[in-house]
Amino acid sequence: MELVLALGIGVLTAAGVWLLLRPRTFQVIIGLSLLGYAVNLFIFAMGRLRAGAPPVLKGEGPVDPAAYADPVPQALVLTAIVISFALTALFLVVLLTSRGITGSDHIDGREPGE
Amino acid sequence: MTDWQDHLIVVPVVLPLIAAASMLLLKEQRYGLKALISLCTLIALVGVAYALLHEAAVGGPAGDDTARIYNLGAWTAPFGITLVADRLSTLMLALTATLAAGGLMFSYARWDRAGPRFHALYLLLVMGVNGAVLTGDLFNLFVFFEVMLAASYGLLLHGSGEKRVRAGLGYVAINLTASLFFLIGVSLIYGVTGALNMADIASKVAAIPDHDRALFHIGCAILGVAFLVKAAAWPLGFWLPGAYAAASAPVAAVFAILSKVGVYVILRLATLLFGADAGASAGFGNTWLLAAGAATVVFGAAGMVAARRLEGAAGYAVMVSSGTVLAMAASTLAAGTLFLIAEILARGEDVAASPEDAVFDDEYDDPFAADDVQEVGRVLPASTAFLGGAFILAALVTVSLPPLAGFAGKLSIFVALLSGDGALSPASWTLVGVLTLSSFAALIALTRFGVAGFWREDAVAPKVRSPEFLAIGGLVLCCLWLSAGAAAGLTYAEKTGEWLASPRAYVSAVLGDAE
Repeated sequence: MELVLALGIGVLTAAGVWLLLRPRTFQVIIGLSLLGYAVNLFIFAMGRLRAGAPPVLKGEGPVDPAAYADPVPQALVLTAIVISFALTALFLVVLLTSRGITGSDHIDGREPGE
Repeated sequence: MTDWQDHLIVVPVVLPLIAAASMLLLKEQRYGLKALISLCTLIALVGVAYALLHEAAVGGPAGDDTARIYNLGAWTAPFGITLVADRLSTLMLALTATLAAGGLMFSYARWDRAGPRFHALYLLLVMGVNGAVLTGDLFNLFVFFEVMLAASYGLLLHGSGEKRVRAGLGYVAINLTASLFFLIGVSLIYGVTGALNMADIASKVAAIPDHDRALFHIGCAILGVAFLVKAAAWPLGFWLPGAYAAASAPVAAVFAILSKVGVYVILRLATLLFGADAGASAGFGNTWLLAAGAATVVFGAAGMVAARRLEGAAGYAVMVSSGTVLAMAASTLAAGTLFLIAEILARGEDVAASPEDAVFDDEYDDPFAADDVQEVGRVLPASTAFLGGAFILAALVTVSLPPLAGFAGKLSIFVALLSGDGALSPASWTLVGVLTLSSFAALIALTRFGVAGFWREDAVAPKVRSPEFLAIGGLVLCCLWLSAGAAAGLTYAEKTGEWLASPRAYVSAVLGDAE
């Protein structure tokens, strides 16, 4: 499972970085989204991978922390998802405004060679 | 927690948030009411910030340093989120409130009508900055950073126009990427130490097992990269001059504080996590910070000389001042570390004043071309003399010539660098040389702008409206006031340096080990 997660993060990051460095605004925003997913998975992995362990304490009586997954990274990931979602939407607005004003979807606002 | 004064520390975060939210309910055309609300909010913030600053300056009953702690929701540290108001953060609070009040006052002349939701965004930006300097929790810091940045995206685009949108696109992309670095760094640190509270992390650094220490350093380095991008340190700061020059004048003024927040965080984390108590990690990254700081000063100074417009030059001046503080953050000299604070104090206000002086040279006039915007306030006489005088004073602070506050700040850096025991290190000499030369370059650049701006034969006397007069005059007065009280300022900075150099006091204040 560790290998699958590591590969997933790696592939997402590689694709994200590649797209981030492309000249079209749409590619940049997709790249940022992919990087965001990779980072979210990474935060999750920092709480250690545990299968079948709940993050929330249940029931009464003495609690054995070893039986539970770390809840903090899960909370962090939730916050990070919400924030990156909101900021991606904001970026989308800027992107569309730029497209509307300059008439080009190049990140410099003009086609190369113009 | 029954005394209302205990809650004073959350006011800088909660008050602008409530004011901004209530303004969203008002109709867009009710500029007067909105201007009144935001002005009252900022005046209250200035009051609170100076009350906290005074408390930090006076210190505890025994005259020792204090840090005011506020546990949100009464969850004790390290489990809840803690707000900490110590010497460094209250200083940043006061600086932010002053600058923001000046910028807001300035915007009343016309800028606040150039686009929708200006006041709400402006207050949210102030809230983000205040939260970022107050919080004692690494992830909460991320949240406040994002609040601050989201508001800054909106403000950068304020006034619209093709140039702003193009600059905004790059600005948003850069900062989103830097935020991802921030998250990676935070989660790596959490993965190693199992803590997010800064004081808690600091108390665990020395005990990190050796095989995990490299991972911890990587996490801190990645986190550092994120803040260096925001602080516009060379080579990560190429985005800054373009973006700041494209922003409208009051926005650019308050943006001068944004890069200081990046510097503030580096200062705080570097002293807290890699101080003398950090065991094998002590001093980690100092060399790199020193090199990056010096390179930033060189690049900023060169950029100032090369810049063809005053807004551009002021952008580079922001980089120079970031670099100066950075170089200091890296120096392990206890006394030296925070003499720089005096520098932030002087530089922040002055850098803000410079782009404001640039109004007469404003190419971003498009939102007003239609003349449907009523400009507010009377046009004042003798505007050239006033602007010229303000420009000279602001320039004097930027290039650190006597007798103003910039000089006192820079002199104390030199004294700290040169008064070490025994032989002086080449690094100290390099730093002294770089700082001196950067002042010289700034002098050349600003003299050129002064001559070109005020002594042209075809010059038309610039119009200064009463709100602009109040804003520029007020900020310049603050610079003068700082110079007049330079001794008190330096004592405060020196004490702050000592406070930062002994992170144990901060840790025990937050975690409550002292009791």
